[in-house]
Amino acid sequence: MTSVILIDDEPLARSIVREYLNHHSDFRIIGECGDGFEGVKEISQKKPDLIFLDIQMPKINGFEMLEILENPPGVIFTTAFDEYAMQAFERHAIDYLLKPFSKERFDKALSKWKSMTTAEKESTSSLISSISQPEERHRIVVKKGSNLVIVPVHSIFYLEAFDDYIKVHTRDGFYLKKQTMSHYEKTLDPSQFIRIHRSFIINLQELTRIEPMTKDTHVALLKSGVRVQLSQAGYARLKEVLGI
Amino acid sequence: MSIPSLPYSRILLAYAGWWVIWFIELSVVLVQYGFDWNTALVDALVTQSVFALAGYTINSSMHAYQPSGKHALYVLGWSIALAALCVVVQRAMLNQFLGDVPSYASFLNSSLWIRGAFGWLMIMLIAVLTWFWVYVKDRQESEQRKNEAIRLTREAELTNLRQQLQPHFLFNSLNSISALVMVKPEQARTMVQQLSDFLRGTIRKDDKALVSLEEELHHLQLYLDIEKVRFGHRLITVIECSPEVNQLKLPSLILQPVVENAIKFGLYDTTGTITITLRGELDNNMLKVEVTNPFDESTAARTGTGFGLASVQRRLDLLFMRNDLLGTSKNSGTFVTTLRIPQSA
Repeated sequence: MTSVILIDDEPLARSIVREYLNHHSDFRIIGECGDGFEGVKEISQKKPDLIFLDIQMPKINGFEMLEILENPPGVIFTTAFDEYAMQAFERHAIDYLLKPFSKERFDKALSKWKSMTTAEKESTSSLISSISQPEERHRIVVKKGSNLVIVPVHSIFYLEAFDDYIKVHTRDGFYLKKQTMSHYEKTLDPSQFIRIHRSFIINLQELTRIEPMTKDTHVALLKSGVRVQLSQAGYARLKEVLGI
Repeated sequence: MSIPSLPYSRILLAYAGWWVIWFIELSVVLVQYGFDWNTALVDALVTQSVFALAGYTINSSMHAYQPSGKHALYVLGWSIALAALCVVVQRAMLNQFLGDVPSYASFLNSSLWIRGAFGWLMIMLIAVLTWFWVYVKDRQESEQRKNEAIRLTREAELTNLRQQLQPHFLFNSLNSISALVMVKPEQARTMVQQLSDFLRGTIRKDDKALVSLEEELHHLQLYLDIEKVRFGHRLITVIECSPEVNQLKLPSLILQPVVENAIKFGLYDTTGTITITLRGELDNNMLKVEVTNPFDESTAARTGTGFGLASVQRRLDLLFMRNDLLGTSKNSGTFVTTLRIPQSA
């Protein structure tokens, strides 16, 4: 028996999936949610095997929701039209249903999911977090305790590598996010966020001074008073962006 | 500078008239000189007819060329050759007709240079006038072509902007219908009709035509009805327009993208029930429409106004040549989009 949660902000869109699933006795719906916040709560509590997920949703989109889940379940995306997302799916061979979809297409997605091995199911969700989405240029969704926090990128002081996580430093302290430095180096606006060290990306708005530390090493002084170490390559990059 | 387009026959008549004047002038001069009227008239007729023919020749030959510096030299050489040819022909003809008039032959020979100079001046005058004529005509035509091109681009852009229907809206609506077919077939049919009426409304309209607010609101209502089927549980819309305001004019299909933007903004930024308000009023001989939606200041990391409003802005810009007709403002959890449409007196 496979447990399923439906996440879509349109009730009628959920009702189609519900109706199609009625014909499959080996799937059971254990929850329905109208937005990503609810989705995170329900998934953490009920731990479904599979979710049907819309992308455009209130507050946080489907990708952002998956990113903050500790152990994301299997995912079949249901979306109306999103060229951008579709490219991402195709690249990662994740199944997606384009609305409106037929029962046959739906059944095909289910059999595809059933035929996947456990390892494959797990790898899809980790692949998803490497999809860079347009929203990421403007905001980062993080989890603090059981709360979700949406951090606008302009309020970020700097990012710091921390084991498998990233520390997102803001005025309100830091948030932990399971992500890689190179991911943010790619997705954040490169004229605004500079990787100055293997472990640091700073927001240029926050930079006040560059000071020499030893003979040929430097530190960046941020408005918040924090000193961040620069690598030689990082120093060169920073000088290039600042035009000095 | 513009040239009135005269019919060809009138131009020819004017040209002939010009040569008749010179014909009379030369006749009188010859009579004054001491020849009898008969001799004077024959001489003047032959002389001026040959020159008129030469003038006509240079005029026609120049229509085929674009006036330019290189051609100026060519025209100069051509006019001298023509004048010389004229004198040769005139001399042969006049000797033939008037060879036995006493003292005419020696008069003719001594006046050849004068005749040649006069002919050359005339031919050059015609050449310069022709050159000027062709030049101005050409400028006029290219100006016209340019204006036509600008007009076509503008129209294409307007059509393009008006037809920016969000594919999201269309596919999600179809998905809703797909769901309703099983559970509420009656409502599915209603929605198909609403969607059809809405789509028909978006393709039928003339880009530049102004419609009354009442008509525009009617079309908007179709859109809102569909959105309410999709988000019915969360979406409330309030429209406040007095009957007088309803008769004011605005470009067709301009409200829908604004309201669509407000709905999207409101629905995707908050999780509760949202109220979208549309208020129309007459303000300083302008139709002022305010569309209000709630938004969450703490999470709205959105920047800019999005494509929806950018295209509305561009349309207003193209239609009214003003870029201050669309405005947005935020205050305590509400986002207000304001449209101002100038009313012709």
